[in-house]
Amino acid sequence: MSIFQMTKTVLKSLFSRPATLMYPAKPAKITPITRGHVKIDPAKCIACRLCQRKCPTQAICVEPKEKSWQIDQMRCIVCSACVDACPTTCLTMETQHRPAMTARGGIEKYTVAGPKKKEPAAAPAGGAAPAKE
Amino acid sequence: MSKQIIIPFGPQHPVLPEPIHLDLVLEDEKVVDAIPTIGYVHRGLEKLVEKREFPEYVFIAERICGICSFIHSQAYVQGIEQIMGLEVPERAQFLRTIWGEYSRMHSHLLWLGLFADSMGFESVFMNAWRLREHLLDDMEATTGGRVIQGVCKVGGVRKDISPEKLDEMLKGLRTLEHELRDLLNVFLYDSSIKYRLKGLGKLSSEDAYYLGAVGPTARGSGIDIDMRSTGYGAFDRINFKPVVEHDGDCYARCAVRAKELFTSIDIIDQCIRKMPDGPVDMKFTGAPDGEYFSRAEQPRGEVVHYIKGNGKRNILRHRVRTPTFTNIPPLVTLLKGVELADVPVVVLTIDPCIGCSER
Repeated sequence: MSIFQMTKTVLKSLFSRPATLMYPAKPAKITPITRGHVKIDPAKCIACRLCQRKCPTQAICVEPKEKSWQIDQMRCIVCSACVDACPTTCLTMETQHRPAMTARGGIEKYTVAGPKKKEPAAAPAGGAAPAKE
Repeated sequence: MSKQIIIPFGPQHPVLPEPIHLDLVLEDEKVVDAIPTIGYVHRGLEKLVEKREFPEYVFIAERICGICSFIHSQAYVQGIEQIMGLEVPERAQFLRTIWGEYSRMHSHLLWLGLFADSMGFESVFMNAWRLREHLLDDMEATTGGRVIQGVCKVGGVRKDISPEKLDEMLKGLRTLEHELRDLLNVFLYDSSIKYRLKGLGKLSSEDAYYLGAVGPTARGSGIDIDMRSTGYGAFDRINFKPVVEHDGDCYARCAVRAKELFTSIDIIDQCIRKMPDGPVDMKFTGAPDGEYFSRAEQPRGEVVHYIKGNGKRNILRHRVRTPTFTNIPPLVTLLKGVELADVPVVVLTIDPCIGCSER
């Protein structure tokens, strides 16, 4: 009986498509909510430092005075806590993973718009308050 | 009496996914004693709790283990919720149960693959991991992460699953169940596997009890111990029976894990059918003040998270007792009397997860 079982398996394996993907040649499977890496829209960032506070690995460093936003992509564990915390939705989660790196690196620094001061009506109340910290 | 020699086994060994070192004391080819050493991947995660705020520590608690990750975060947030007296929404509890069972299934399939590989059965190893891929795909589509899901948070879960996706998952599981039967028939009824495993590495039920075996190691020896019966999460609304085998040998431990796959499918099926509507998370204020022992059933056995807070954002003490840590004394007993060539198979039957046991 087991010979028939084996024949069944052999035929199935012969005529079915490979279960694996030729990865670098073909792109990996992704879904719309895959956590790949964090991306920032510098024009919308108010440097409120909420992302820095929420980051469990301290990968994000925000300097409101210098209007700079810095992330160490090698420290980042892609938990998406900063994306959930961001009040202006300037942080987004990209679905593509970052390419592999061979050396220490991955620090990305951006100059951001910074806290809004002149427009009290347009600025959200939640955004202006944490900027004073 | 022949001369005793000591053979080092590990920390780097082809069958070991993670580093554990065993000094095997041999007489001829027979193991008479084994001296385990751990401490190769200690990361100090329990100390880190003092430096991170408790809602963010969930992500670190999840990374205690790279395979049974979800249940670590679930046990941790349960502890926090119990201290703070939070009433977690029903839907969140059901979703946690579903994801927990998914991670149990993928862990068991991973183990079955590694186990087949340790016996030299490479094609079964490939097949087990091929089936595991379906589960990982479902997990990625619902949570955003394949193995580290990151969906648990204090007060609920971060992602909801739409009813259409739930139906699709259920359909996928039904097809998977069919394919699993083909695969598990090999583990349960194949004569060469039976010949290799039957009677190997016997652990009597008294030994298992006194040495503190947990999970499939204990259930393979006839001890009915399963933390899911305590009814954490949504398990109090689910009917299920723990899988118990009575032989206590390698075959029994393998059979427990193989049959638990079907139990998990059944639990997910019940969860999806009983899934209530409503919110998936809740707002909370304040910080935990008090202490709690949170217990949950991992693929490898019972995990205990001890949490002590003092009303501040940082927790005072977090202690994790992981299943592999308690399964090491039974492993030493198991190894006494087996042949050297059987050691890799016997070591794998406790499903060693060293990253867990060292935190």
